[in-house]
Amino acid sequence: MTNVELQQRIDSEYRWGFVTDIEQEPFPKGLDETVIQRISATKGEPAFMLDWRLRAYRHWLTRREPGWATVHHPPIDYQSIYYYAAPKSGGGSNRPKSLAEVDPQLLATYEKLGIPLREREALAGVAVDAVFDSVSVATTFKAKLETLGIVFCSFSEAVREHPDLVRQYLGSVVPYTDNFFASLNSAVFSDGSFVYVPKGVKCPMELSTYFRINASNSGQFERTLIIADEGASVSYLEGCTAPRRDENQLHAAVVELIALKDARIKYSTVQNWYPGDAEGRGGIYNFVTKRGECRGDNAHITWTQVETGSAITWKYPSCILRGDNSVGEFYSVALTNHHQQADTGTKMIHIGRDTHSTIVAKGISAGHASNAYRGLVKVLAGADNARNHTRCDSLLMSPDCAAHTFPYIEVKNPSAQVEHEASTSKIGEDQLFYLRSRGLGEEDAVNLIVNGFCKEVFKELPMEFAVEARKLLAVSLEGAVG
Amino acid sequence: MLQIRNLHVAIGGKPILNGIDLTIHPGEVHAIMGPNGSGKSTLAQVLAGRDGYDISAGSVHYLDKDLLPLTPEQRARAGIFLAFQYPLEIPGVANVQLLRTALNGQRRARGEAEMDAIDFLEYVKDKLVLLGMDDSFLYRSVNEGFSGGEKKRNEILQMAVLEPRLAILDETDSGLDIDALQVVAHGVNSLRGPERAIVLVTHYQRLLNYIVPDQVHVLAGGRIVRSGGRELAEELDSKGYAWLDDKAEFIEASP
Ligand SMILES: Nc1ncnc2c1ncn2[C@@H]1O[C@H](COP(=O)(O)OP(=O)(O)OP(=O)(O)O)[C@@H](O)[C@H]1O
Ligand SMILES: [Mg+2]
Repeated sequence: MTNVELQQRIDSEYRWGFVTDIEQEPFPKGLDETVIQRISATKGEPAFMLDWRLRAYRHWLTRREPGWATVHHPPIDYQSIYYYAAPKSGGGSNRPKSLAEVDPQLLATYEKLGIPLREREALAGVAVDAVFDSVSVATTFKAKLETLGIVFCSFSEAVREHPDLVRQYLGSVVPYTDNFFASLNSAVFSDGSFVYVPKGVKCPMELSTYFRINASNSGQFERTLIIADEGASVSYLEGCTAPRRDENQLHAAVVELIALKDARIKYSTVQNWYPGDAEGRGGIYNFVTKRGECRGDNAHITWTQVETGSAITWKYPSCILRGDNSVGEFYSVALTNHHQQADTGTKMIHIGRDTHSTIVAKGISAGHASNAYRGLVKVLAGADNARNHTRCDSLLMSPDCAAHTFPYIEVKNPSAQVEHEASTSKIGEDQLFYLRSRGLGEEDAVNLIVNGFCKEVFKELPMEFAVEARKLLAVSLEGAVG
Repeated sequence: MLQIRNLHVAIGGKPILNGIDLTIHPGEVHAIMGPNGSGKSTLAQVLAGRDGYDISAGSVHYLDKDLLPLTPEQRARAGIFLAFQYPLEIPGVANVQLLRTALNGQRRARGEAEMDAIDFLEYVKDKLVLLGMDDSFLYRSVNEGFSGGEKKRNEILQMAVLEPRLAILDETDSGLDIDALQVVAHGVNSLRGPERAIVLVTHYQRLLNYIVPDQVHVLAGGRIVRSGGRELAEELDSKGYAWLDDKAEFIEASP
């Protein structure tokens, strides 16, 4: 197969690019303290929340965009963005109390995306929080979870109903001073999901949030906070899509995970924001800060991500291994095509003794895309017997794409064992011919090779998500065969 | 079943096959021998539909249809199978996954019902027994970390699962120990039948003691310079290819 044919194969249509025609209630464009006050007031927030937002905003004004990632984009005009957009029928305090009150158009949108919100139609065993532009429009299975003491609700609701938990944990892993985009998010975040799993409770179902950007020229700034108390465990899934538009849209989220003693959090993402068209027009700028802390001994945090969307992805889901014996894992597949750019990886910060971390990063680049793995493994002086194993593999599908690996290692304790393996390979014509000579069509052959390449990561995903991820990869790799 | 007429093939302007003529009938076994670099694998790969060859003259008909316009997968679905001289590794793809995808792909293309996972497992286990292979082979990545001999055996496993009508085995015997050779030969022989044909590319007459060919051909300089019965293989084994050189040179030199 020639390179041209291979490229045609991986070109594909973005199937989630439709727009929901719904009446919006945006604030005026641009950002100042008044906008922040209005966001806070709309949500009926307590004073501490507004105060925190304003401190974050003032800090943000002193910061500059980071310049170290291998990504390129024209300057972002932060005054031409809508910082708050909500469907008129469901925003702020008008949030529907039950599904019966949710605008049918919104229900139809999620159905079209394959996320039915009516519980009897929903995937058994998965509770969903649906975030549409700036607000959460519905959360399923809430009542069932409440009987176990599990809190799963929109962030806005958590601020109102569980202010003490929010106050105690918000910003405790990603402070508002952390980085430019985290500061911006802390000032203007509009909604997101909140999870609290009490001591000793194993959450019986997957919790998930589905983020949808619909409004044009709006930014999406969601905030997710997940706390697993001592001995608790939870698996959380995140999915995202956006309409096809010619302009770039900013998505700057913050996710904080806190795992206390003996707790376990598994956080899985399938990120499929609109990636822009074949010429690189439009697409989401996905500038996200995700970090988890193993705050107690024997805590365990696993990040699994499948990143196929966005014009630019800038994200480093990380683990602070503070508790002794705690474990951090990062499993990643990042696929970039056309002019997409991804700079993604992780940081594993070993603080406690006998802490272990595993990093498996798989990058697939096609077209003119660029794909960078950037990772830091840091072992502090007190982290006796820390262990890390890192494996980074790149698969190149075209002659014009690029793959980079930037592993940083800082070790302050001589007992540490840090291993790094890396490989770069081209999808081979020989492999394709081999599979085709067994009767597999070109498309199936490419999919089989790519799926094999990603296997170590996919096996970390919850079953339904693994199926989704495989399909998504197949779609991202599919095209009009000549 | 297969008619090759005056086939000329070049790679990047370099002629490799210079007029191959070969006819194979259903039920027959043909052996192709010849020195290194004479074009045996090229012929095998051209028949399986590999890209990148310039077919400048000649024709190939399979089951009375023009074979050359077909893609590799169409040929596979029509019953052609090539056991590779150098089987490829597909990391992360379990052998059983490839086998089932391939078989069901072919069945679908032929309008037959697909085999479900359970039926398939039973089916493939019989084939494993036939080839003296362990179940664990099913769950290892395709050829990854396989020894040279295991890779060859795995090619025969694929063949046994797919049950092709025309199987082309490119040096499947190279690198096999005596026991493995007998097992593989048994696997090939059990596929023989009046509807099927087999082409064995080999350097060693040894294989032909186990799989007795109807015809033996010698490929040299991109041409079949000699054809005969199995005694030709024995002659080659004792004399080498040198005694054929005169004829090859004569043909090369012709106008
Ligand atoms: N892709 C290629 N580019 C250039 N030359 C090639 C290519 N493939 C094969 N050749 C050449 O074609 C000739 C025939 O090769 P082929 O592999 O068909 O030989 P063979 O008869 O199978 O040899 P062996 O017994 O060593 O397996 C050789 O000279 C080889 O170098
Ligand atoms: Mg050869």
